[in-house]
Amino acid sequence: MSDEHTKPQPIEKVSIIISKGSLEGVYPGLIMANGARAEGMEANLFFTFFGLDAIHKGRNEHIKVATVGNPGLHFATMAGGLPGVSTVMTHYLNHKMEKLDIPPIPEFVEMIADTGAGLYACKASVDLFGLDKSDFIDQVHDVITVGEFYEMAAGGHIIFT
Amino acid sequence: MTTTTIANTDVELNDEGFFVDPSQWSEDMVPELARLEGIEEVTDQHWQVIRFMRAEYQAKGTGPTVRVLGKTSGVSIKELYQLFPKGPAKEAAKIAGIPKPRGCI
Repeated sequence: MSDEHTKPQPIEKVSIIISKGSLEGVYPGLIMANGARAEGMEANLFFTFFGLDAIHKGRNEHIKVATVGNPGLHFATMAGGLPGVSTVMTHYLNHKMEKLDIPPIPEFVEMIADTGAGLYACKASVDLFGLDKSDFIDQVHDVITVGEFYEMAAGGHIIFT
Repeated sequence: MTTTTIANTDVELNDEGFFVDPSQWSEDMVPELARLEGIEEVTDQHWQVIRFMRAEYQAKGTGPTVRVLGKTSGVSIKELYQLFPKGPAKEAAKIAGIPKPRGCI
């Protein structure tokens, strides 16, 4: 049963939503978007809620690992809340990623825009936080509504992170 | 695995179309391999990327990622995607007769 008829169709288009503003919340969506373009798929990225920090001019250089409420780090929540712990952990992870040739978030977002992927900000979140298009890096195409997002995502897969 | 004739020479390609044995590749196969990928005209910039892929593979045993290509091949990431619309690292590796690069970035 491995003839052409039963072979799954390859994915041609993805719309990836980034909704979190922590380092571990932002990277997976970026890696998936970049990887989709590298495979020749069409890709669009939508930033919503705290995920907007990844495209915010003043903030995207300062995205940190969540050291509180993150059992995956395997150390005490109280220790994670001490001043500076999040910064140290972020430096440590950034250093490890640099070694693996994973770019820092600002460079990565720019690179993804260069691959031809579209970058969009969610209107509801932009309004909620009192921001406007000028707060974002130049690579952001537009601030769009959820309806416009669904229109743009038509015919592809939606990935929420 | 299939055997195909490229530029009058028999070569072995895997299921995805990558060379099984990179030593079977030669530069005169490039125009035909590019056409198989939908690239009708191989420009100087295509050549620059293809030769860079080849050199990287010979030096390191694996093809470069798109980020490395953009930083060191002399062709920007924007241009790379215009030259190889189906994904620069993957498409250029196919045309350069080297295995598919396995990096995630």
